[in-house]
Amino acid sequence: MIAYTLRRLLQAVPTLFLVITLSFFLMRLAPGGPFDLERPLPPAAMENLRRVYGLDQPLPVQFARYLAALATGDLGPSFSFRDLSVADLFARGLPVSMTLGALALALALGLGIGLGVLAASRRGGLIDRLVGVLASVSLSVPNFVVAPLLQIAFGLSLRWLPLSGWEGGAPAHLILPVITLALPQVGAIARLTRTAMAEALGAPHIRTLRAMGVPPLIVARHALRGALLPVVAILGPLAAALLTGSVVVETIFGLPGIGRYFVDGALNRDYTLVMGTVVLVAVLVLLLNLAGDLLSAVLDPRLRLGA
Amino acid sequence: MSRIAPAALPRRAAPGRLAIGRLAFRRLARNRGALAALFVLVAVALACLVGPFLTGHAPERAYPDLRQLPPGFAAEPGPERLGPALARLAFRMRARVEGYAVEDGRLRLTLAAERPIATRSLVYLPRSDLFGEPHVVERAPDGTRLVIAVPIRRLHFLLGTDVHGRDLLTRSLVAGRVSLLIGLVATAVALLVGVAYGAVSGFLGGRTDAVMMRLVDILYALPFVFFVMVLVVFFRASLALILVAIGAVEWLDMARIVRAQTLALRRRDFVRAAEALGLSTLAILRRHIVPNTLGPITVAATLLVPRVILLESFLSFLGLGVQEPQTSWGVLIAEGARAIESAPGMLAGPACFLVATLMALNILGDGLADALDPRGAA
Repeated sequence: MIAYTLRRLLQAVPTLFLVITLSFFLMRLAPGGPFDLERPLPPAAMENLRRVYGLDQPLPVQFARYLAALATGDLGPSFSFRDLSVADLFARGLPVSMTLGALALALALGLGIGLGVLAASRRGGLIDRLVGVLASVSLSVPNFVVAPLLQIAFGLSLRWLPLSGWEGGAPAHLILPVITLALPQVGAIARLTRTAMAEALGAPHIRTLRAMGVPPLIVARHALRGALLPVVAILGPLAAALLTGSVVVETIFGLPGIGRYFVDGALNRDYTLVMGTVVLVAVLVLLLNLAGDLLSAVLDPRLRLGA
Repeated sequence: MSRIAPAALPRRAAPGRLAIGRLAFRRLARNRGALAALFVLVAVALACLVGPFLTGHAPERAYPDLRQLPPGFAAEPGPERLGPALARLAFRMRARVEGYAVEDGRLRLTLAAERPIATRSLVYLPRSDLFGEPHVVERAPDGTRLVIAVPIRRLHFLLGTDVHGRDLLTRSLVAGRVSLLIGLVATAVALLVGVAYGAVSGFLGGRTDAVMMRLVDILYALPFVFFVMVLVVFFRASLALILVAIGAVEWLDMARIVRAQTLALRRRDFVRAAEALGLSTLAILRRHIVPNTLGPITVAATLLVPRVILLESFLSFLGLGVQEPQTSWGVLIAEGARAIESAPGMLAGPACFLVATLMALNILGDGLADALDPRGAA
């Protein structure tokens, strides 16, 4: 297991390198720079700025420098937020995004698996039909439609919850963003769990357990172990979807998270900030992919042979 | 399903494939949900193509007096909007409104001023788009007081108007053209790349396949949406770039599906026979492999269109996609979300169009998958 983990981590290195290379050169080949202002700077000042940030060097040299700095964990200074490094910005934004993401992940998994199991245990029942509707709705109603609807309902009409803002992570400010972020995934997870659970309940070992008169709750526990496999397998894509969704959610609800920094950074041609975000997101997605595969191996002994 | 090389057998085998298509179509026709979805799609597409000419408003036409109207059937300008609009117009004519009354669609307006009012300045009334041609009923001898009769125009804004007073129905329909176009073209790009890549990978097999699929795995693990965003922002969002960027990202699923199909077909006798007969790889791919994967490809493509439209709206929502003066559903929804406190109705139209289209495409895709599944009851 440890050897497998190490090998997978090693395999992730070329992927990361590809991400970094691609985004680095894509950004630099694009016209425009971080110091293009409405009123152009005097040439001497521009020259100075470029020298300070190392932008006067040839591209390959800059790339090598960036990689060298990255290897020591230095993400570089931000171009658009003066006097702040990318690491500083992440230190501010990451707690916000992580709180949001973790809560949404927990809600999506808890609610999704719960609904899926209930739907599978009473096929054709009310919850089953609800899961079907929820799954197709979540595919077709994007989060940037859900969010304003929630704002209208709970913020403007009922006035139960604040429209936007962070306020140091006060629970009332978290509810709508987390629901918006989790809702599309709840449908997908519920459908996945329902299908897998239905299959697992029909499996021979479950039938045997039933025939032996094992209590239903214990039978369900055994079935769930198999039913969780497909859910665990999509952990990586799920994380990617949550990260993408957080960009929208942070924009709509005005939350100071990584997603907002990314959009602002991209619009301001803040090379290091965008690079930093892309690297961070890539690392997160790769790690969660790995976590998903490891959990699959824990749940299904057959997968361990290949590991 | 299998088509036999014309060199090997007479063309008698051809109807077999036709029958599959007809069977699938019959199954689809019996699926009421899928039919309804198809109907919705055709209706939306037709409305977007023809509708903007029928709404009576040009998409860029702004009515400054009718900003952020809520959706509704009432004719505008309604009684509550008449007063402010008249006051604004009278100010332009260097006069003030002394009084007005409405009787069956005609307005009787009394204007007064310190100095004589030029009749010429009455053109402001029809020019505002709210009123028809005015004519003077009564004129004080010194010209400082005018009584005018003018027909009130009846404008309809079924989905309301935006922050500039533009008709949202017209704009939603024009936006739909962009969204649908991007959906179709980007899907076509993804389709071409994915099918070619998957078919070659699956057919060549062995080490080539392993390398090609490893690349797909790597690309799969990337946070692609972030890439598209970088691309679109740094190279100035243009329609062509958005098309290419989305298409270039979404071909991965297609490649996997086609590869799996190709691997299965590869071992079938008719492919082997074609090989034994000495057909070139390219010819086999074109004649035998790709036509036989058409079913799953159709399904995947149908389900890809909503994903592409969603991605485009997502980019446009963040202000990174389609730019003014062009518009798309994502742009309109973003405008609605921004004006949510002053005009919650602005969101309704574009959001309904987007959601209805996405839902119809998803339902149709699922219906196609069922219809093309040979295991389904005929």
